[in-house]
Formats: sequence, structure tokens, C-alpha cells
Amino acid sequence: MAVTETNGHAYAEDAEIIHCAGVHKWYGEFHVLRDINLSVRRGERIVICGPSGSGKSTLIRCLNRLEEHQKGRIVIDGIELTGNLKNIELVRREVGMVFQHFNLFPHLTVLENCTLAPIWVRRRPKKEAESEAMQYLERVQIADQAHKYPGQLSGGQQQRVAIARSLCMKPKIMLFDEPTSALDPEMVKEVLDVMVGLASSGMTMLCVTHEMGFAKSVADRVIFMDRGEIVEQNTPDLFFTNPKSDRTRLFLSQILSH
Amino acid sequence: MSGNADTTPLAAGERPPSTVVGPLAWLRANLFNTWYNAILTILIAWAIIRTVPPLIEWAVIDAAGFGATSEMCREATGACWGFVREKLRFILFGTYPYDEQWRPLATVALFILLLGASCDRRFWKPWFGLVWLAGLVAAGVLMWGGVFGLTYVENTLWGGLPLTLILSVIGLSVAFPISILLALGRRSDMPAVKAICVAYIELIRGVPLISLLFMASVMFPLFLPTGVTIDKLLRAQIAFIMFAAAYMAEAIRGGLQAIPKGQYEAADGLGLSYWQKMGKIILPQALAISIPPLVNTFISFFKDTSLVIIIGLYDLLGTAKAALTDPAWRGYYREAYLFIGLIYWAFCYFMSKYSQWLEKDLNRMRRR
Repeated sequence: MAVTETNGHAYAEDAEIIHCAGVHKWYGEFHVLRDINLSVRRGERIVICGPSGSGKSTLIRCLNRLEEHQKGRIVIDGIELTGNLKNIELVRREVGMVFQHFNLFPHLTVLENCTLAPIWVRRRPKKEAESEAMQYLERVQIADQAHKYPGQLSGGQQQRVAIARSLCMKPKIMLFDEPTSALDPEMVKEVLDVMVGLASSGMTMLCVTHEMGFAKSVADRVIFMDRGEIVEQNTPDLFFTNPKSDRTRLFLSQILSH
Repeated sequence: MSGNADTTPLAAGERPPSTVVGPLAWLRANLFNTWYNAILTILIAWAIIRTVPPLIEWAVIDAAGFGATSEMCREATGACWGFVREKLRFILFGTYPYDEQWRPLATVALFILLLGASCDRRFWKPWFGLVWLAGLVAAGVLMWGGVFGLTYVENTLWGGLPLTLILSVIGLSVAFPISILLALGRRSDMPAVKAICVAYIELIRGVPLISLLFMASVMFPLFLPTGVTIDKLLRAQIAFIMFAAAYMAEAIRGGLQAIPKGQYEAADGLGLSYWQKMGKIILPQALAISIPPLVNTFISFFKDTSLVIIIGLYDLLGTAKAALTDPAWRGYYREAYLFIGLIYWAFCYFMSKYSQWLEKDLNRMRRR
């Protein structure tokens, strides 16, 4: 695969799909992201963990520019995220996002939630968008609810619809922002099952989550963030058995203690 | 064995005691449940007894009926409904040429038909805008004439109900899209757009409608080059549109603020453009929330059209007032105002009822 060039700088490895270099972000005076350097290969599955307020959500929200970074560069699939609106829209088409609170559109049916963006952004014919959406709804096992409204579904069902809605855009990258945190315990598994299925299909995934079981079984790499920095990253095996930094050890002892 | 009284099955057909159900219990629970409610109930009952029978006496028993002449009216101690019959066409159609008054009647019927059809959500499609446009053109042809063998009628002769409907329906339907743009502009990230929208809304909301109408009728022509005149009715119409847009924009802004941030983020995350996001996701939800304050604005503007009387246009209220100046029928203002009050009320009550239904209908599918 060709080396991607932007502004004359060759930076990408062949398979690199996300490239962050020296990324900083501030909320007013508060320094949320400090010198983030991150490279993600195509098809890589990454779990990002860390204490609350560590900047992990902010980081993945910068990757589709729901948040703006103030310093450094972020390049997604060869397109650099800057103030350029065209580029932002191009990146957002290729990057799906699943939110903690699902954020389904309550005035549209499940099927309409899934077909809206393919029809209006990808300009797909309605019939095709619908039959594709039904395939994805089938995949998250919720096709029988296609004509209901989100308010009529349980949290777990809504989150599965949200995943299908993102997949309908055929994204190259999927971002998950604590997808199971707002769910009742008995519904966590149905959502994780869908995510495990997605991981095995070769999707590039970045997932902010506290589900360490998911991290162990699915992730290629676990990233630990604290106070806006990437403190440590490693394969799940080494990350959980042999954490290098004290902060990681403290965090792991807190979340794995019971 | 459980000795718990709660689990003892009720005897078949056992009824709750009469202290809980039945008319006496209802009275107790709703009218006499506390000592101050009991006092209020008695006071209101007394007020009803004092006012309602005399009203019926005046309006029905002692009244001269619709067929009464002015002589018969002078003898009657009650209401004179003959006045309303005598002046009906003048109140409804003003100074529009008497023999041509089927034209404003047809215009009113056309408006009511269009409004009625617009209530059906199946017609909420882009093509229905064309139907409205055709309807407005037809109304214009009917009112002005000058084509198809209809005699030309200057719009200074228009008056009564058609004028009220024209001012309010055209005013509100033109103001509505403008108000959406203003509301979006007020929440825009672009400082210039935001400043213009805020300035406009605050400026217009800060002056009384009457002063705006005066400006439109007296001051505005001063700024026009000599020889150029804009019709008085059109100027009043523009003043109405400007005023209504500012108020409706604030109602819609309230709705926009109620939409959770997650909805914007989900739409952004899917790659929707600004206008797609607003048109498909945000506005459909925000407008549904804005229905009560919007209808509030609609109703008050429908009635505020009566203010055009101060710049010499005769809407429904104006024609009723003018009808009272007839020496033969002097002094029947109670009948006149009751009659037009009833017409205004019928329209406003319908708007209110329709909005309640619409609100329910839009919410029905969402929350269950």
C-alpha cells in the first residue's frame, strides 16, 4: 500500500489508519490531553482504560472531531483533521461512533435511524439502504424490532441498534465510548457479544471501557491513560500480568480487586 | 395459614363503601375536601347563580330575535340580534362591493379548506406547499379581480373576516420559516450571524406592535424615493411578519435548547452536514417541543391583527366598530362584540384543540 503524504511529510506505515502525533488539548486552563502519540494499524482492536477524568473519552472524541485538539496532528486514513469542514465530514463518514447513552434519534424508527445517514450522506437509494440496514439489524439480532421507536426498546437493545446504525455507514473504524456503562448489568453481555462478533470480523476498533474481560479476550493492545497522558500500552497479557508503571498497578488493583 | 387481613379474598361483587365512590364521594373529594375549598365552592356557586340567569334572560328570553327590526329592538329590554343580522355582511366583509361579496366569502371558504387540510399530517409533504401557493394565488384573484371577468376591487375596500384571515395566515406562514432561521442563527457558531439574529430579535421584541405598525404606515414611506409607493396593506403585512418572526424564533429556540447534546453528536458522528442535521434530526424534535409556545404565538397574533384598525385598515373588529356608527342601530355594541368575539373564539379554540391533538399524536409513538 502506498505511503500517504500530507504537506510533504511521509508518516504512515503501510497499514496505519490512525496517526496521532504530539496531540494536546485544553478545556480552558485544564490540560485534558498531553502529548498523545498513537498509531493504530488497520484491523487493530484497542481498549483504552483509565480512571475517570483521564481523558480517554476526549481522546477518541478527537478522532472524529467531536472535540477539537489544539496542538499536534491527527490523521485518519490519510486525511488530516483540521478546521477544514470538508475533511471533517469525510472522516466522519469513515468513523463510526457508539455512545454511552446510545443517542438514537427518538423521532425515527429503528430502521429509519439506520438508513438516515446512508441515504443522506452516502446518497444510497432508499430500498438498498433499507435492505442493508436489515442485514445489520439481523447481525445485532434486533431485526424483529425494526419498525419500533427507540423509546420502546430496552437499553441493551438500543445500544445494539446504535451499533447497527454506525455499521450501516460501512465505516473503516469504530469508536466505542463506554458502550456498556449506562446499561443495567443483565444487558451488558448482549452488547459485548455484538462487539466481540464485530472484532472477529476484522474491524478497526477503539474502545473506551471498564470491561476488562472484554479487553483480555478481544483486544490486541490495551492503552492505559491517566491525567491526560498515555501512561502505558501493551498486549492484554503483559498489561494485566506485568504492568510497568505504579499508576497502572494502582488502577488495576482498584478495578480488579473484587 | 396466613392470618393477614390483606390476603383475605374479597367476597364476590363486594363494592367499595359509598364514602369512596358515587356522587356524594365525588362532591366531597372535589368540592368540599378542605374548608377553604368548601368556601370557594359556595362563593363560585353564588356567583354563577347571580350572573348566568340574567345573562340568559338578556340574550334569549327578553331578546329581540334575528328577524327584529330596529323599532322592535328599541322596545325589547334584552339583546337585539336583529342588529347582527342587519349588519352581518358588513361586519364579515366590510366595504367590499355588496354585489361582489361572494368573492370574499369564497376566499374565507378557501382559507378554511386549506387550513383544514393542513391539519392532516398526511399532507405534510413538500408538494402541499404548491397547493398553498395555488390557493393564495386563487385568493388573490378572487379578492382583487380584474381578470376572468371579475371587476377590480382595490384592497383599500377589503375588510372584515377575509382581511383578518389574510393578515394572520399569510403573516404566520411567512414568519414561520423566517423564525426558524432566526432561532438557528441565534444559536450559530458564527459570531456575525449570531449577532445579527440576536439584535433583530431583541429589537423587534422590544417595541410594541402598534409602534411597528405606525412606522410601517407613516415612517416607512418617508424613506422611499418619490413616486414609489408600497401598498398600505402590504406594509402592515410586512410589519406583522417581522414581529411574529421574532416571537416565534424565541419559542423555537426554547425547543432547540431542550434537545440533548447527544443528538447533535450522534448526527455529527454519522457525517451529516449542518442542514441535514438540523432538518432531519434537531428541528423535527425541537418543533414538536415548541408546539405549545408556538400555538400561543399563533393565537395571540391572530387576535393582534385587530390592531391594524389604528392605521385605517378594517379587519373584523374594525368593521364591527364601524357597523355601530349607523344611527338607526346605535348602541348595540354588546351584541356586536359578542358576535365577533365568538368568531375569534371559534378560530382560537380550534387552534388550541388541534395543537393539543397534534402534541399527543407526535408523542404517542415515542414514549410507550
